[in-house]
Amino acid sequence: MSDTLGRPPARLLLPAGLATLVLLVPLVALVARSPWSRIPDVLGDPVVQDALWLSLVTATVAMLICLVLGLPLAWLLARVEFPGRRLLRAIVIVPLVLPPVVAGVALVSAFGRTGLIGGPVHDATGWTLAYTTSAVVLAHVFVSLPFVVISIEGALRSIGAAYDAAAATLGATRWTTFRRVTVPLALPGIAAGMVLGWARSIGEFGATITFAGNYPGTTQIMPSFIYQKLASDPDAALTLSVLLLGVSIGVLLLLRDRWLGTMGGTP
Amino acid sequence: MTLEAVLRVPGRLDVAVRAEPGTVVAVIGPNGAGKSTLVKALAGLVAATGHARLDGTDLLELDARDRRVGMVFQDRLLFPHLSARANVAFGPRARGVRRSEAEARADTWLERLGIGELAGRKPGELSGGQAQRVSIARALATEPRLLLLDEPMAGLDVGVATALRIELAAHLAAYDGITLLVTHDAIDALTMAQQVLVIDEGGVAQQGTPAEVAQRPATEHVARLVGLNVIREGTELRSFSPTAVTVDLQEPRGSARNLWRGTVISVNPHGAAVRVVVRTTGSVSADLIADVTPAAATELGLVPGRVVWLSVKETSVNAYAVPGR
Repeated sequence: MSDTLGRPPARLLLPAGLATLVLLVPLVALVARSPWSRIPDVLGDPVVQDALWLSLVTATVAMLICLVLGLPLAWLLARVEFPGRRLLRAIVIVPLVLPPVVAGVALVSAFGRTGLIGGPVHDATGWTLAYTTSAVVLAHVFVSLPFVVISIEGALRSIGAAYDAAAATLGATRWTTFRRVTVPLALPGIAAGMVLGWARSIGEFGATITFAGNYPGTTQIMPSFIYQKLASDPDAALTLSVLLLGVSIGVLLLLRDRWLGTMGGTP
Repeated sequence: MTLEAVLRVPGRLDVAVRAEPGTVVAVIGPNGAGKSTLVKALAGLVAATGHARLDGTDLLELDARDRRVGMVFQDRLLFPHLSARANVAFGPRARGVRRSEAEARADTWLERLGIGELAGRKPGELSGGQAQRVSIARALATEPRLLLLDEPMAGLDVGVATALRIELAAHLAAYDGITLLVTHDAIDALTMAQQVLVIDEGGVAQQGTPAEVAQRPATEHVARLVGLNVIREGTELRSFSPTAVTVDLQEPRGSARNLWRGTVISVNPHGAAVRVVVRTTGSVSADLIADVTPAAATELGLVPGRVVWLSVKETSVNAYAVPGR
């Protein structure tokens, strides 16, 4: 920004300042209202520990599933020409813009006790996925996978296919090329995609509570715990909220080179 | 093990190529003529129709990885995360050679190209000339039947390119397969190749030995590359050296046959002489070059925009029929 172009006009500065306040005030309030002295007690509560632990486990398992399934899908979208590729990408993106509660309803429709797949499975085995810890993981995968796929696809595209061509002339199969050239070169992008997916899972609420419920010990993760306790035990809700804020800031720091450097920064 | 190919890429390429084992074919032509498309089609990186018979097999029927073709890319494309050794060993390993053996082979090739001591370095830690040596070693380590070099000297300093050219010429002479060398430098074609293939607008404009092409260039581009003027008159081509051109400010008397009026476009030092490029006006519009002494250039006041007359003695003109396509 050059001062020689004149002072920024007030009619632009005012809304810009307001926008900053809208984003900042709630976070400041959250930190200010947190029961800092009671935090050790809150974190010592077994119910809180369960929610915390379950959140970490489900988000991490979901992240690994997203990697195993999402990396090949991202590769397919980035490297292989086939009819319907645009349609496939659109399908991948839909959960990204879908309201999470709708995602939960969709998962119930598919895997609930009377769902499209869940119904026959329940009739045959008596088992149902909904309202189990696995359901939490599935909900996380459903909402996080698009982030992981799109992020990794971008990384694969930015490397370009030229190295693949070089590897092919050297006699490498596509699998060898994937393993020895594509993945190593895309590693920073893959890691960023995984962090992004993990962060999305940690914060997931709508789809999870709809599809998996809110049962302490099996399906109660941090966001659903916060939602449940905000009225009855605000200290616990605030403590975990601050914890999640810390996680968000941590993710931002991890990805700062990719986001703040390329998207927000001026060179 | 003759290569016999007819390659077509719609809108970009339609050429026939033939080469005997042990020969180096220089592929020259202007930018965008289809030189890179030709080698990429042979390598399997651009889809082409036709055929490319080598050793009884048709390359076009094989996937890129099964063609046993070595490719040196213009931008090298060394794998940035692998050391020079691992880059060169990549080909043998991809074909199932054990790691230790592949790395020993890589070291041998790097040694042969004079960069054995750089084996542990990553491509980012190599100079342009060193990186190009690694990429040549990487292509040769796969023991290809056909070696494709896409402008291997591009982007290198003049001195580095000269040293590499001499070494490459020695390696290519020792190589018993067929080499296609894409270049925009006449020196590459004249020093390393036994055959020259001139590509223009996706087709073969001329082919022959370097001497034939240099003496009787069929296109203005090649004439420029070998430092000649060439003018087409009907089915006849007339070439002459820039040193044989006389520059005058007034219309000279004498034969009107080899006389052109034109405007000076550029004036630049060229060796001990001054090279003047003149765009002719009138019936034949072409850019002709004349090499004059610095004294003459000063005396005539040759600056861009000046109108001059160019003339050439008929005895200095080499006239020949347009070479068959």
